Amino acid sequence: MTIRFFTLIAAFAALVTVPYWMPGIYYVNVSSQILFYAIFALGLNVLVGYAGLVSLGHAGLFGVTAYATGYMLQLGFGHPAAILIALVISLIAMAIFAALSLRSTGIGFIMITLALGEILWGLAYRWISLTGGDNGLSLKTRPEPFGYSLSDVNTFYYATLVVFLLSLAAMAVFVRSPLGAALMGTRDQPRRMNALGYHVWAIRFYACLFSGLLTAVSAILFVYYTQFISPQTLALTSSAEVLLMVISGGPGTLLGPIVGATLVVAVKTVVSGFIERWNFLLGAIFVAIVILMPEGLVPGTVRLWRLAWRKRAPGTTPVPGGAEAKP
Amino acid sequence: MNFWLVLAVNSITFGGLLFLLSAGFSLIFGLMRIPNLTHGSLFMLGAYIGVTFVLGIHGFQLNFWLAAVLATLSVAALGALAERFLLRRMPGDQLAQVLVTLGLSFMAADLCLMIWGGDPISVPTPPELDGFARFGVLVFPAYRLAIIVIAIVFAIGLWLLLDRTRLGAMIRAGVDDPDMARVVGIRVSQLFTIVFALGAGLAAFAGIIGGPILSVYPGLDQDMLPLALVVVILGGTGSLLGSFVGSIIIGFIYNFGQALLPELAYFVLFLPMLLVLLLRPQGLFGRHVP
Repeated sequence: MTIRFFTLIAAFAALVTVPYWMPGIYYVNVSSQILFYAIFALGLNVLVGYAGLVSLGHAGLFGVTAYATGYMLQLGFGHPAAILIALVISLIAMAIFAALSLRSTGIGFIMITLALGEILWGLAYRWISLTGGDNGLSLKTRPEPFGYSLSDVNTFYYATLVVFLLSLAAMAVFVRSPLGAALMGTRDQPRRMNALGYHVWAIRFYACLFSGLLTAVSAILFVYYTQFISPQTLALTSSAEVLLMVISGGPGTLLGPIVGATLVVAVKTVVSGFIERWNFLLGAIFVAIVILMPEGLVPGTVRLWRLAWRKRAPGTTPVPGGAEAKP
Repeated sequence: MNFWLVLAVNSITFGGLLFLLSAGFSLIFGLMRIPNLTHGSLFMLGAYIGVTFVLGIHGFQLNFWLAAVLATLSVAALGALAERFLLRRMPGDQLAQVLVTLGLSFMAADLCLMIWGGDPISVPTPPELDGFARFGVLVFPAYRLAIIVIAIVFAIGLWLLLDRTRLGAMIRAGVDDPDMARVVGIRVSQLFTIVFALGAGLAAFAGIIGGPILSVYPGLDQDMLPLALVVVILGGTGSLLGSFVGSIIIGFIYNFGQALLPELAYFVLFLPMLLVLLLRPQGLFGRHVP
């Protein structure tokens, strides 16, 4: 327990001092990227890890928020108003998304979210008068909360860090809350939960809304970071990238998605310096992780570690794939 | 008047292509209970391999139909290999299988980009069908009518295969109740490979014969996969009739949508899916909710 505590303190200290020990601005920017993608992964993990519902359409929701922010700014709203309207639009979009995809669970859920995500991508791509099509939307400025201009790389990093820590805290509270416990109950034993008098559909719906909120928050950070949004952000590959973050880190764990986000963004940043073929590698990693380490890198490493230490102790190995949806 | 008629013929043509694509998708879903996310890639791969034979490599040039058959067979073999050596490794774990097909689809898309480049390749129409068919005052491109005929022939062929042969009976048994089928001595996992290869071949065939209309370009897979998904959600999984009716409906909606509301063509596809999900979640002809 104390080791865990000190590790967390050390990680926190390392995060706060990133601009001082990173070798350059470029790396501070990469750190900001890792943080907002981690929020996105936390949001998807609510569904994949804790609800047992795998969504392949989250990039579509991410895009809705990003486009809404960009479009509101183009209409002449200020930053706070644009962010607020974008959040409201995202929650409405998520509610519709959830109402449709929660008609089903398991594989059906994957299929419906995939179709919805692709439709949102198609809209972004073809509805040129609203979204600018392939040219995308540009944002001219970043906001200046309390007089700190976010155009500065370090300030943007700290703003992202604050939002990230808030999201992580919200996630921790959610997981320990009765709603979180009920959600995990619906993941493992939906019929028993139903028999116990829980409204399984409503619990899943709330989980979707929470997931959508985190997704929207990360999308707002993303769109201010890149100051540009194009249909590419909504493509299936983006949904798959986030899913890879969740799965590689370990679904259903609090810190897994953060490890996954760090890993994916780092690999992507390093690799794209050498080759253009990120998608090929993404696909290959996907196949490799699913075949070799189905429970994710963090639990998988823990399992191998424990296996190496106490070889003969029975019952210490977690069941692989225990977090997945049972049909 | 003629405009609407031409649009209708185009819709049926596109619906025919969609049927070839989604029939395999639906069968794989019905039997293996997974949406095969490589289906768009198989369509694109069929088109690329076919057009390579048609245009010729190192002076080795093939007749369009021969090229189509070759592309179909090679993609079917690829599908069988993928099922046998990857999906088979995780029996019963549907989530893992879906993720593997997703990973494979990215690898396939990138490989195609590497091999064939980023420029669209137009597929020449087979010369014997290059002209127009005249019915009184009405004129239609002969190739589009040929696709409709091919789709109908395949629909009848598939129906006969599923409804009249021993193999078809075994597949239907596997779709309805895989455990019981195993108990009575049907080797269901062998059926998985056969159906996966059949679906892959159908998708590839649709890709190459659709080539002269759609051409081949990177991203074709991402264009076709959602259409197959929508058709199957609409028609119901594991049902041949469902894919047929669903394909024709989607063919009409997609083509009319593109002609009348070009910016929202993708969005109008959403409407039938929405209605079906709300009113009949198992699809028009499906037997169980996926």
